[in-house]
Parts: sequence; structure tokens; C-alpha cells
Amino acid sequence: MADHKRIDDVTGTATSGHEWDGIEELDTPMPRWWLWSLYATIVWGIVYVILYPAWPMIHGATEGVLGWSSRGQLEQEMQADAQRRAPVMNAIAATAIADLPAKPELMQAAVQGGAAAFRVHCVQCHGAGGAGVKKLYPSLTDDDWLWGGDLSTIEYTITHGIRNPDHKETRTSQMPAFGHDGILEPAQIADVVSHVRVISHQEKPSASSARGAVLFEANCAVCHGPAGNGGREVGAPKLTDAIWLYGGDRASITATVTQPRNGVMPRWNSRLDPVTIKMLAAYVYSLGGGEKAPTPAMAAATAEGPGTEGRGADGQP
Amino acid sequence: MASPEDLTGEHGSLYAARKGVYPKKVDGPFRRFKWAIMAVTLAIYYGTPWIRWDRGPHAPDQAVLVDLANRRFYMFQIEIWPHEFYYVAGLLIMAGIGLFLVTSAVGRAWCGYACPQTVWTDLFQHVDRLIDGDRNAQIRLANGPWTAEKIAKRTLKYAIYLTVAFWTGGAWIMYFADAPTLTQDFWSGQAAPVAYVTVAVLTATTFVLGGFLREQVCIYMCPWPRIQTAMMDEKSLLVTYKDWRGEPRGSVKKAEKNPGAFGDCVDCNQCVAVCPTGIDIREGPQIGCITCALCIDACDSVMAQVGRPRGLIDYCTLDDAATEKAGGVAPPIRKTLFRPRTLIYFGLWGAIGLAMLFALGQRTRLDLAVQHERSPLYVQLSDGAIRNNYTLKLRNMELRPRDVEVTLSGLPGARLWTEDGARETAGQSLRLPLAPDSVTSAKLFVVAPGAGPARQDFTIAVRALDDDPRGDRETIQFDRPGTEP
Repeated sequence: MADHKRIDDVTGTATSGHEWDGIEELDTPMPRWWLWSLYATIVWGIVYVILYPAWPMIHGATEGVLGWSSRGQLEQEMQADAQRRAPVMNAIAATAIADLPAKPELMQAAVQGGAAAFRVHCVQCHGAGGAGVKKLYPSLTDDDWLWGGDLSTIEYTITHGIRNPDHKETRTSQMPAFGHDGILEPAQIADVVSHVRVISHQEKPSASSARGAVLFEANCAVCHGPAGNGGREVGAPKLTDAIWLYGGDRASITATVTQPRNGVMPRWNSRLDPVTIKMLAAYVYSLGGGEKAPTPAMAAATAEGPGTEGRGADGQP
Repeated sequence: MASPEDLTGEHGSLYAARKGVYPKKVDGPFRRFKWAIMAVTLAIYYGTPWIRWDRGPHAPDQAVLVDLANRRFYMFQIEIWPHEFYYVAGLLIMAGIGLFLVTSAVGRAWCGYACPQTVWTDLFQHVDRLIDGDRNAQIRLANGPWTAEKIAKRTLKYAIYLTVAFWTGGAWIMYFADAPTLTQDFWSGQAAPVAYVTVAVLTATTFVLGGFLREQVCIYMCPWPRIQTAMMDEKSLLVTYKDWRGEPRGSVKKAEKNPGAFGDCVDCNQCVAVCPTGIDIREGPQIGCITCALCIDACDSVMAQVGRPRGLIDYCTLDDAATEKAGGVAPPIRKTLFRPRTLIYFGLWGAIGLAMLFALGQRTRLDLAVQHERSPLYVQLSDGAIRNNYTLKLRNMELRPRDVEVTLSGLPGARLWTEDGARETAGQSLRLPLAPDSVTSAKLFVVAPGAGPARQDFTIAVRALDDDPRGDRETIQFDRPGTEP
């Protein structure tokens, strides 16, 4: 078939010799610029192979005479980026965390940096967006804080952690295992649970809750307060609100009183630099539950009514 | 005339050298029309960035500006934001349908008159004539030895090519930054690297494509001729050699000796000599013809000299060609322009244009976008209420600062505040100041009583607190714990 090369009469072009059902393929020559472009790409390819890493070997690849590598470039870019961020990071480092909100741009930078650090170090327990995990890890987005929700307090909590045995500045407190250690009888625990569910508006007062109130006064009030409003200096949760870290139903509260969890959070000053911790605190603060100033250790019963309807939120700071 | 061998090079060769095209100077109505189009298109291209347009202190004063850095597109009174890119899409669709319209009506008019490749090639061919002389002088010089004169002429010519090419690349970048400032920065070496790179690339492409590749771009590189052949029909205008009138060819002398034996074509080859793509139109319709109609000018002037009627080569549709060949009289050209196909294209084109104008007139310059934060979907608060978080984006597209009011409705007992606001004073609406020509982003917290359906739609609305109260609203979901209803 390939022998039938000839000159096509109509076009005067040589045929390639390919023929199918009487249709022949013309061997039209390429334009010269096209051929030159092809040669240029070949030259480009050779030059590239010499200059850049290209040829795969068993352990690695040819290095190229320019010494360029993608890892090296990444290293450079990371350094350049660190340098670019240095002024902001230095400014954050030099600002006391309580003063950050007064500098909106710095605060915004801190919140963004904190969001990135949060995704690396915190989401494993506290969940994406700080939502927490029911019955395990507290939500960081609500308005209820075990140890306090202003910037300085959050920073302290992140820095020193909670119940770290190797660190004396860590936040620490221990709820006794009333059931497990036999401090209270199961029937007494049931009475205390009734009382707790009454003050949290989940049950109506009963004879059991009345007996529980006495037991509460004797065993629980020292940390949780006489009214059950919690105590932040020992991280004692407020028992009168709607937020229950380990569950607010009868079985869950009974389990907690019998054998408390005494949750642990790692201290981060051993792993993160102070600026990162500061940015993390700013981010957690920004999630919606941040408190303006340190609140008194014993929270007073808040009676925050629903918003006045139809009124504009004028006069905001 | 060139034999097929001349056109395709030596057999067996890997490549075919370009055959030089040295179009002869010609004058006539189409040439003058081409001049006019060239003047207008070049004036628009080079001049537009220099038109000033006062927009006040918050926006640049350039009439036509593609502000990539700030993601704005300015065109006289109109300012386009990235999310309004559909206007640009609409313009592109109009340009597409416009090409259908023009091509179905008058064939490859775009190629022959308005295509940048044609315009710059034409410009460079005038430079050739200015430096080297007309066709014959150019051929002599091209084939001649490298004398000092040839070197000097080539140097001068390429210098002019480069100047034009540089100016072309330089004009392009003016559309992307304030032209006077950029010019100053450019020459003092302070412009962005991308400006220099763009100018260098466009200078190189103009120099190579316009100065050297020329008709090869149209014949080998450009996809448009292939598409156009599919869009034309037997009622589209083509540059046509009327072979039924011209053939057989013969010189005036031969025709005088044998009256009646020859057609009107005197085989003077002027149509070939003036063709910028170097084709012979007498071989029939072909892809190399860009319908610039310079051959019509050339042929008409020859016909006038030998005293024969004009229009041996003329704009003619395939239908009209068939009619004339059969001895009939073709209808006037304007009748062929108005037919269902062109009218439908025109209707479509006009409808899109009107719809865009209407949308442009109706658009609000205050835009709201609300996004529900999904992690967490909702937050349980200590007083039993439920909080949902949203990201609020407010676009103030006017060139003045504005105060706006954000209001929620359809969610009983709900309050809202932003991260900057005090949650204690939260209510059903809040006020925000918006900077001019900018997007303001805010975290929005909405609190509603804990009792209620698991999913509830409500509305967030924004309106301006000034003389133009038009705003925007969006319906979005509020989530609570519990099962779906």
C-alpha cells in the first residue's frame, strides 16, 4: 500500500501512499514556521532538562545546574511570608491581650491567625468552629464559661491548660466522686439530682428535691454556690442554666455525681508560642460567647430578658 | 499565474517556504472604506484609555478601565462588579450573535475589514510600500542581493515595525491602569513587572504576526474561517469572480481580433497582485479569501480603462451567481440583506441588548448576601435560647459612603447583633456604616427562643438610610435542635 506514492493531479502534491476505499492522503508539507516551532520546543526541552530537575533516578532526580527545587522554593516563600507577617505578629506580641479589641485591625489579624491555629490544634476535641462535642468537650461558642470567657482568662486557660499534673499554674479542681467513694448513698444522690433538676427548671419541686436541697447545701454549695450558679475560680459549672456539658437528664446527672469526669485540657505553652496562644484566645473570644471583662467569680443569677421588639440596636459602640 | 508546484514547494520536502506576498497599491471605494475602518479602529484602540471621566474621589477617573487589582470594570457611567460579570457574558454573547449576523449577511466582513490581524497587516504593508516601494520594487528588493541599501531599508522597516508593535503593546496595558500615571511609571521603570512583560509579549506578537506571518495567520492558525464557512449560506455576500462573464480570458488585442470568442477578463492579474493574502479569486471561493474586496477595486479600475462594465469581480451571493449564470438579473443587494435568518439574528441580538440595558437601569447598588455558618449549626445558650451564626456581606456599589439598616423579620422573638455590637442592646435591626465602593463583611448573630420548629425560614433585609431607599433581602434558615418537622 505504501508503495503507491505518486503526485496528485489536482493539487500537485505528493500523496503519502495511504489509500482507503479510493480516498488517498495527501502528503502536504508543513509550513516552515511550524517546523521551526517544533525545533524550538525541542531545544527548549533540552535546555530545561539541563537547567532544572528533570530526569528521574532511583533515589531522587537530576538536580539541574540552576539548583532550583520546588521544596527550596517553598522554603523561600515560607520565609518571605513569615517576614511579611512579622510586623503584625510583633505588634500582636507587644499588645496586651485585653487591649486588642481597641485596635480593630490587629484584633482582626489575631482572629484570622487564631482561626488557622485552631484548625490545627483544637478541632480534634472542640470541633470545627468550636462547637464542642456533647458529653465530652465543651462548646466554645456559647455564653457559658467554666473558667471565664474574657480575653485574658481564655488566654490563661489555653496557656496553662486544665488539670495538667506536670504544671503548678494549671487550672485545677476536683469534684469528689460522691457515689463511687461512698460519700453519698444512691438514694441521697437521687435526691440531689432532683434538686439540681428543680433549680434548672427541668422538674417541679418534690419531697425528694427538698431532701436534696439540704444535701446540696452541705456537699455541693461550697463549689457550685448556694443557688447552684457555679464558681469560676474552681471551674464549677453553673447548674441553673440550660447548658449541660455531660448531659442534663436524670441519668447523666446521676452518673456525674457518682463518678465525675474532671476533664483535662493540655497546656499549650509547651507546644505553642505566646503569639499563637494570644491569637487562639482572640479567635475563641470571637466565636460569639466572648465576655467584655473578667466577671465576678460567683456569677449572679442573670435574668436577661428577651430583646425589646421593634427597637433598633442604636447607639452601639 | 502560479502553477500548483509553485504553491506547494518541492515534492518530498519537509516544509514549504512561504511564498512572499507583495500586494500592489490600489485605490477605489473599498480601499477607502478600509482606510476609514482602519482609522476608526486604531483610533478607538489607541485613544480610548486616554478619555477621562470624573467619578468623584472614590473611583478612578479613567473612562474605560479594567481594574483587576480592585476587581472593578469601569465603562463611562457604568461600573461592573465581579458578581455582575453576566453583563460581560451578555456582551460576549452579543458579540457572538453579532458575528453570526454579519457573517450570514455580508460574509467575512470581520476578516476583511475589522479583524486586528487584518488591520495591523494592512498597516505593515503600507510601511513596506513606504520604505521599499510598490509591489515590483518590493519583489526586486526581496530577490536581490544584500546590498548596503537593502540592509538600510530592512533595518529602517523593521525599526518602524517594532515601533508600531511597541505602541500596540503599550496601548493595551493602558486599559488596566490609570493611563497617564502608568506611562510615567513605565518610562521611569516603576511600573509593575506584569506591565513590562505584557508590553514585551504584545510587541513580539504584533511584530511577528503582523510583520511576517500575515496571511499565514488567516490561512493556517485562525479557526474563525472554518467556523465562518459553516455560518454562511447561499444568500451570504461573497467576493465572487463572475466566470460566466469573464471566461475564457484574453487580452484586449486578442478580443479585438476575435470578437465574441473571449470573456471580459483581460487576464491582467491585477486582482492577484493586490490581494493581501496572495490568492487568485478567479479560482473560485476559497478559505484564503478574507473578502477585503481590494480585488474588486483593482478589477473595476481595469474594466474602466478598457471600457467594459464594472463588477467582473464583485460582491455576490451564490444564489445571485446562479441566477446571473442562467441569464437572469440578480435582485439588489439590500434585498438579500433582509431575510428571515438575518432578521432573527438581529432580533436576538437586539433583545439581549435591550434586556441588558433594562437590567442595567434597574439594578440596585446595594447588595446583601447572607451565609449560614454550619459549624456549629446552632448554639445552645444558657438561658435556653438558640443562637445561629451568619456571615453577612454587604456590597455598597455606590461611590459614596452609606448608612444602612439590617432588619430581620419572620422569626418571632428574635434579636440580632454583629460581633462589634453589644449583645445586651440587640434588637430586630441594626445600623451599619458602609464605606464607598466596597464590600463590608460582618459576623451576624441571631438569637431566637429555644422552643420552635427545627427549621424555620426568616428574612434578612438591608435598606439604605438615604435618598435611595432601595435595598436587598434574602431568606435564610434558622436551625434549632430537634427533629425535622
